[in-house]
Amino acid sequence: MRKSVEFNVAGFRIYFVMKGAIYLMLQKNAIGSADQKKARTNKVRLQLPLHLMMIPGIVLVVLFCYIPMFGIVMAFQDYNPLLGFFKSPWVGLDNFIYMFSMPDTLQVVWNTLYIAILKIIGNLLVPVVVALLLNEIGSRVFQRSLQTIIYLPYFLSWIILATVFIDILSPSSGAVNKILGYLGVEPIYFLGDQKWFPLTMVFTDIWKGFGYGTIVYLAALTGIDPTLYEAAVIDGANRWQQTWHVTLPGIRSTVILMMTLQLGNVLNAGFDQIFNLLSPVVYKTGDIIDTLVYRMGLINTQYSLATAVGLFKSVISMILIALSYWLADKFANYRIF
Amino acid sequence: MLYKTSVSRKIFLVFDYLILILMGLSCFLPLLHVLALSFSSSSAATAGKVGLLPVGLNLSSYRYVAAKPEFWRAAGISLLRVLIGVPLQMLVTVMIAYPLSKDKNEFKGRSIYLWFFVVTMFFSGGLVPTYLTINALGLIDNFFALILPGMVSMFNVIILLNFFRGLPRELEEAAQIDGAGYWTCLWKIFVPLSKPAMATLVLFSAVGHWNAWFDGLIYMNKTSNYPLQSYLQTVVVAKDLSMITSAEMMSLKDISDQTNRAAQVFLAMLPIICVYPFLQKYFTKGIVLGSVKG
Repeated sequence: MRKSVEFNVAGFRIYFVMKGAIYLMLQKNAIGSADQKKARTNKVRLQLPLHLMMIPGIVLVVLFCYIPMFGIVMAFQDYNPLLGFFKSPWVGLDNFIYMFSMPDTLQVVWNTLYIAILKIIGNLLVPVVVALLLNEIGSRVFQRSLQTIIYLPYFLSWIILATVFIDILSPSSGAVNKILGYLGVEPIYFLGDQKWFPLTMVFTDIWKGFGYGTIVYLAALTGIDPTLYEAAVIDGANRWQQTWHVTLPGIRSTVILMMTLQLGNVLNAGFDQIFNLLSPVVYKTGDIIDTLVYRMGLINTQYSLATAVGLFKSVISMILIALSYWLADKFANYRIF
Repeated sequence: MLYKTSVSRKIFLVFDYLILILMGLSCFLPLLHVLALSFSSSSAATAGKVGLLPVGLNLSSYRYVAAKPEFWRAAGISLLRVLIGVPLQMLVTVMIAYPLSKDKNEFKGRSIYLWFFVVTMFFSGGLVPTYLTINALGLIDNFFALILPGMVSMFNVIILLNFFRGLPRELEEAAQIDGAGYWTCLWKIFVPLSKPAMATLVLFSAVGHWNAWFDGLIYMNKTSNYPLQSYLQTVVVAKDLSMITSAEMMSLKDISDQTNRAAQVFLAMLPIICVYPFLQKYFTKGIVLGSVKG
């Protein structure tokens, strides 16, 4: 009873607001002369090509982004491909409850966080250091050629790099273990040892990506006003002091920006890489959310459960990405558009 | 320079060069190793004798790849997807970016459109719903499953949109006074003027298509429809035995698996390595365009 009264009140409010809006619109129209009206319709007709241009993009986005989003309902169903979305039984939050009751889930979330956070830190620090080291070198030719070489792995796929790493990290014949052997270290099974696997992922990921980051920070370094260095030299600052007081503050905003934009990757431990290097021996420390979703969903066809796990990840990621853009706007004045 | 090069500075520079050269080598030598492996004899490869130079130089692994129709078929599909996928993606990107680069009063509903697209950057349906959608659209085992789903890349749209906004408005106004419509302005003014940005996007999109493997793996049931990287994933990384026929099993006995893998992997990265030094300018520009927007 009470509910309906409230509804009525709300209804009336909407009615009055609508009435006011219509009244205003009518008045505006009455004031606007015929010419203005014509101009407005003309404007709409002029803008028509702009709207038409959007159509292919909209169709594609609806088909391949929005329709799958509606498919998320199956996280709340016991989805059966024969019955489809409309006839599959609803199970409420059962999939989520089951997901958290599985002993593996917590371990997998932990693995994901561990690998992803170490990668974020490494991918931030290593390029900054390399950019600073490269900046100290006077030779432009050396700078440019080194930049070219370290940026190359960024463009190779993890399929190719996985083969390379499986080969050079092999405990019996791999180059890395041979070098370690000369130093008197026992062979390490980087890809088959639970203790070493996550660190290997972090290290190889940094190896692939640090050239990219270095170029970002070098671009920021060249943007520093040279008169600041001259002033520092006149004030008697040595090289270290210049780096500390001029160079680092000069790239601070870029570092902060890159850091905030990385926030959305806290649950992205790198599917392409780990999928191609993972083996059942190291599932305990190396299995991440994305590889779990893949195995559940496409190999074991537990569609609903896999979607629930995926949804859990994408909701958290969405919040983090939104937060990171907000922070980037607030602290670095950065807007993506 | 006002400061003199002191001894400590010299020592620092020596270490600086040393560290950087070691880093450069770490990026380059593994690739050289693959090349050496592909030219080595199988016995030397299995014994782990191959370093940076081929041991027992021979071409048997390349002969093996040359006689492997599956490899070339997959490479052809990859090439086709670059040749068809990249122009289509650029077309759609331009057509979304241009209207969105207009002001709100010049393009009514701009912010609604913008949010409609931006949502896709924050949220996605996830693996299983996307797979089921592709399945329901009948795109399984269809070449266009490799092209259509990734065609709208909002990051590329935003890069181009920002570039369009940086172009002087007067050019378009002058053209409009001469009676040019939006289509004419887009193709005659905006696209030609944004060639540098477009070149970078084309390059990144081409590399992306060449390197993509997961879509081929899940959307193609028949291995004969795999693009090169998906083929390599199953044959080289996962070593899927279902693709190796029994006749090949025989030949595998005498030719080392390792050198053949190296040859295939090297051939797959060859196009990127060949293009890379010449277009380095655009590769570098891509970063600056993408992350430190002007």
